[in-house]
Amino acid sequence: MEKVDVIIVGGGLAGLSCAYELSDSGMTILVLERGDFSGSKNVTGGRLYLRPILKYLPEVWKGAPFERHVTKERITFMGKGNSTTFELYSDRFQEEPYPSYTLLRAKFDRWFSDLVSEKGVFVIPQKRVDDLIKEDGRVIGVRTGDEEIGADCIVAADGILSFLSEKAGLRSPFQPEQFAVGFKEIIQLDSRTIEDRFGLGEGEGAAQLFIGSLTRGRMGGGFLYTNRESLSLGLVIGIESLNHMEPREEVYRLLDEFKERPEIKNLIKGGEIVEYSAHLLAEGGIHYMPKLYTDGMLLVGDAAGLGLNMLVTVRGMEYAIVSGVLAGRTIKRAKERNDFSAASLSEYERLLNESFILQEMKSFQHVPSLLSNPRLFSKYPQLICDLFEKLMWVDEEPKGRIYQSKIEELKRQLFNWETFKDWLQFRKI
Amino acid sequence: MKITEKLALDAFKNDKESHIKLNQEICRTCRERFCIYACPANLYSLNERGEMVVEFAGCLECGTCMVACIYGSVQWNYPRGEYGVQYRYG
Repeated sequence: MEKVDVIIVGGGLAGLSCAYELSDSGMTILVLERGDFSGSKNVTGGRLYLRPILKYLPEVWKGAPFERHVTKERITFMGKGNSTTFELYSDRFQEEPYPSYTLLRAKFDRWFSDLVSEKGVFVIPQKRVDDLIKEDGRVIGVRTGDEEIGADCIVAADGILSFLSEKAGLRSPFQPEQFAVGFKEIIQLDSRTIEDRFGLGEGEGAAQLFIGSLTRGRMGGGFLYTNRESLSLGLVIGIESLNHMEPREEVYRLLDEFKERPEIKNLIKGGEIVEYSAHLLAEGGIHYMPKLYTDGMLLVGDAAGLGLNMLVTVRGMEYAIVSGVLAGRTIKRAKERNDFSAASLSEYERLLNESFILQEMKSFQHVPSLLSNPRLFSKYPQLICDLFEKLMWVDEEPKGRIYQSKIEELKRQLFNWETFKDWLQFRKI
Repeated sequence: MKITEKLALDAFKNDKESHIKLNQEICRTCRERFCIYACPANLYSLNERGEMVVEFAGCLECGTCMVACIYGSVQWNYPRGEYGVQYRYG
């Protein structure tokens, strides 16, 4: 069996970041990517927050093919036939380094993989890893088709459906409550039209999240990100709630219905759909994280369950990048000791614990149970929209005293046992 | 735009053999048909004999069907290297 120092399974952000960190170590690093090129199997909503990762990979991002830096944040509550949008603009969004950028993974990961290759890492596309090779309970290599390759350490960066972590006995079988499905369209529009429609300067971007009637009470929401010359428009729906919500409806139809809403229709008018994609997201939080290492193997990124829904921000790519870097650091130190046992690799967990990743996942550990509350996706968004609409509405009848009549109604809607329990739950966040 | 037209926009290279296998014995006893509602590419349907079938050629490789099917009928693997969907935007 041929042998290298490290095999990284999966050439996405986690795997490539790990490879980048290891590229100056003198070790032979092999990245096996199942797609035609890095990024060809990856999907994001989405955007990357830069600040959390600058400390770990400061120089890398200078020439990165980002789409737009986000200068406008919108959150839209959707009711039946109405909606309310909050919009945040801040001068700080205009200061470099910009806090976040929209991106497209097929472009971005491909660029990153070229960068890593230039640094001497072997990135081999079209290689699906079928199995792990073990000896005395220790992972010593991988099998891809008819070939077997050995390594001191295997890094499972094989994404959210990490079959390798399952084969290594590091995780329990996949459960619906651990995942949401995201699906989206790329809608092409010229950059001038995008900037005009969203009120953006040149190169600036908008990010918009939607919550409410668009998912019909199902856990999830919508997203819209502006790219250079396209929009990423899609939905995310929790699989558990998808399985149980009535009336039942094929999930893909919800996106078509969403696009028919005037709030969306006018933003995408004249645009041409050029791609339709889907991917899973981790929704289980810290309680569903697998064990992160075993003898001769580490898990990074989505494969390690590192993803977080923080209600108004959704995280994953920064976690992938930084966990990859931390795995790389761990492997370098393990190499110095020439010890790739679980005890030696446990340093990885310590580094993750000290990083923002696990601190955030701990801080937001109650979010998954909060998100299983359907009122968050139906009653409350509707209430916000109806209240705002009544304030704004002028009819032929004389307008009554707004304050008194609204307070009465709000009391009825909000001062009840159900809402009190929701509020207690919400306070944990 | 119909879902089949959306899928036609994507770049696929299809293997001869499906990467998704269904256990018909399990499917026969299933009432909920989670897969039909969960697949964002709408690839699941019942054929004229009442058996569940999946059109693997348009698979977006999300794996939602495998997770949604709590009865464990969906045996799902990534397509072999070279095959499956190749995103150009992602």
